[in-house]
Amino acid sequence: MLECCDLACVRGDRLLFQRLSLRLGPGESLRVAGPNGAGKTSLLRLVAGLARAEAGEVRWQGASIRQQAEDFRGALLYLGHAAAVSAQLTALENLRFACAVAGLAVDQDACVAALARVGLGGALDLPLAALSQGQRRRAGLARLFLAASRTLWVLDEPFTALDAEAVRLLAAQLAKHCAAGGMVMFATHQDVDVDLGHACRVLDLGDFVGERGRAC
Amino acid sequence: MLRVFLAVLRRELLLVWRERVDVLVTLAFFVIVTGLFPFGVGAGAGQLRAIAPGVLWVAALLSVLLSLHRLFERDFAEGTLEQLLLSPEPAVLWVLAKMVAFWLAAGLPVVVAAPVLALAFDLDPAGLPVLAAALALGTPSLALVGALGAALTLGLRGGGMLLALIVLPLFVPVLIFGAGAVEAEISGVGARAHLLLLGGILAAALALAPPACVAALRMVND
Amino acid sequence: MLAGRLAPWCAGLAAVLAALGLWLGFFVAPADAVQGEVYRVIFIHVPAAWMSMFIYLLMAFWSAVGLVMNTRMSFLLARALAPTGAMFCFVALWTGALWGRPTWGAYWAWDARLTLQLLLLFLYFGFIALTRAIAEPNRADRAGALIALVGAVNVPVIYFSVQWWSTLHQGASVSFSRAPSMAATMLAGMLTMALAAWAYSVAVVLWRVRPMILVRERHADWVVRLLAEERV
Repeated sequence: MLECCDLACVRGDRLLFQRLSLRLGPGESLRVAGPNGAGKTSLLRLVAGLARAEAGEVRWQGASIRQQAEDFRGALLYLGHAAAVSAQLTALENLRFACAVAGLAVDQDACVAALARVGLGGALDLPLAALSQGQRRRAGLARLFLAASRTLWVLDEPFTALDAEAVRLLAAQLAKHCAAGGMVMFATHQDVDVDLGHACRVLDLGDFVGERGRAC
Repeated sequence: MLRVFLAVLRRELLLVWRERVDVLVTLAFFVIVTGLFPFGVGAGAGQLRAIAPGVLWVAALLSVLLSLHRLFERDFAEGTLEQLLLSPEPAVLWVLAKMVAFWLAAGLPVVVAAPVLALAFDLDPAGLPVLAAALALGTPSLALVGALGAALTLGLRGGGMLLALIVLPLFVPVLIFGAGAVEAEISGVGARAHLLLLGGILAAALALAPPACVAALRMVND
Repeated sequence: MLAGRLAPWCAGLAAVLAALGLWLGFFVAPADAVQGEVYRVIFIHVPAAWMSMFIYLLMAFWSAVGLVMNTRMSFLLARALAPTGAMFCFVALWTGALWGRPTWGAYWAWDARLTLQLLLLFLYFGFIALTRAIAEPNRADRAGALIALVGAVNVPVIYFSVQWWSTLHQGASVSFSRAPSMAATMLAGMLTMALAAWAYSVAVVLWRVRPMILVRERHADWVVRLLAEERV
């Protein structure tokens, strides 16, 4: 169970949001919506424990994520808006490195299979610099197909730069994760038509701006 | 536990290998900076011999400094740094792996090249092993302390200058003992004390710099 | 808000003490037997040098407190201290150069103490530049605190190495042992000036930290109320 209690976030001189509370239980998904600059990325970074909240706290299984950082990271899979892949390495090298860093015990065959799933089966040995933006994005997303053991997925703009087929594939994977009792929290600025197979809750950050006049 | 250390080390070395020209550029920089001094101060053999240890050390220090900004910048830009920070494994391990890989790419070539350049400065051959030993003990300290500076200035405007301002005063002790070791050996005093002190600095840096570096990297996102 | 009431008193105290100290130093204390009138620079030089080192320690202390206890006030204090420390450091170097010219015959000597003071100035510059360069206040606070601590850990190492280095390189080091039998008025003048430097630092730091607190806590209720009252 993920809970956010009374979160507030300040960036520079601006109060992005405040008194934001939410909870996410097993099998649930949450879409964070809002225009550019509303603080979607900031919220996801707070939830992942990458940034410090101005006020409030994030709780995982009832305790603050700051007090049990290693346990929480062991249950979390975070994908930022950058794909976290290196252009000089091949898709396979990138994926194996990502899994080693995340502490996912997977072998070479599983990595190859995951890359085949995202449609990079024919480009395993090419440095990503030789591939398109969308293909690099797919190489980054491939780790979702190996991360079933991570309960909480936090994804920042996972659908950008993907074609229709890849969007469908990704949505199916998210739905599968939720069906297996996982939790998904993701941000999109556009209204992507995603079918997750169940009712996905929407959090509009515009609702939490409240009293922005005080921020200046 | 070792897995993440090895994985990061392997990836860093792979990246160094794919872009091996960068290592050559560092080396060329080292050679050119050293090569400038005879033009500046004159090529009298006695004079060159006297300044050789200091010149080689300052050049080594500058080449390490100039490579430092590369250490975390790309990982920061492409999002790998976030993944590393979110790893459930202890962060000290991968920071240490990055530092080791950095030293292998930016420090080791300098250690190897310095004795050869010293010959061009007509340095007493007795001083050559000590020069290499002092650099081998001293440049890892520079890499460790420098990595901390690189982490603190990561993503800042004008980070390069700021990095130099922060890190160079901290390099002074290593410079003093490093250059001093060679002079002491040549003058017959023996470089033992200097080398021990350099080793002590390295041990302290090895213990303190990685955790401090982790703390600094976590601040980047605060 | 105690800071607001305290600061003017400290400033007043500083002015009075400085006047007293300068008067003692320049008019009451006798001329030095060896150095003549020039030595009177000491009344500014020594307190400034003391203060510059002490402020760095204080800065490192507040930084450590801030990092351990996670208190915003201590970071702000550390940041408010830095410019004053750098100023004293610079004054010590400057007056030292003015003093060195007539007594040693050179503005600058690569003496251990001078070199250390110079490196201390660079440490101050590094701290100030780093905290100014980071736009995000939380990161600026913490990064500054970390570099202040790293500097504090390094100061003994730097001191030791510089000492070692200067004994190696300087046959006849320009050491100036202070006269063992210092006239009572000289000592009194110097101590008064040291106290003046203290009071000045406290006043300036308090003044500097107040707007910093207001800006930082601008979302807090008490600041909002205060601003509303000001407007009325």
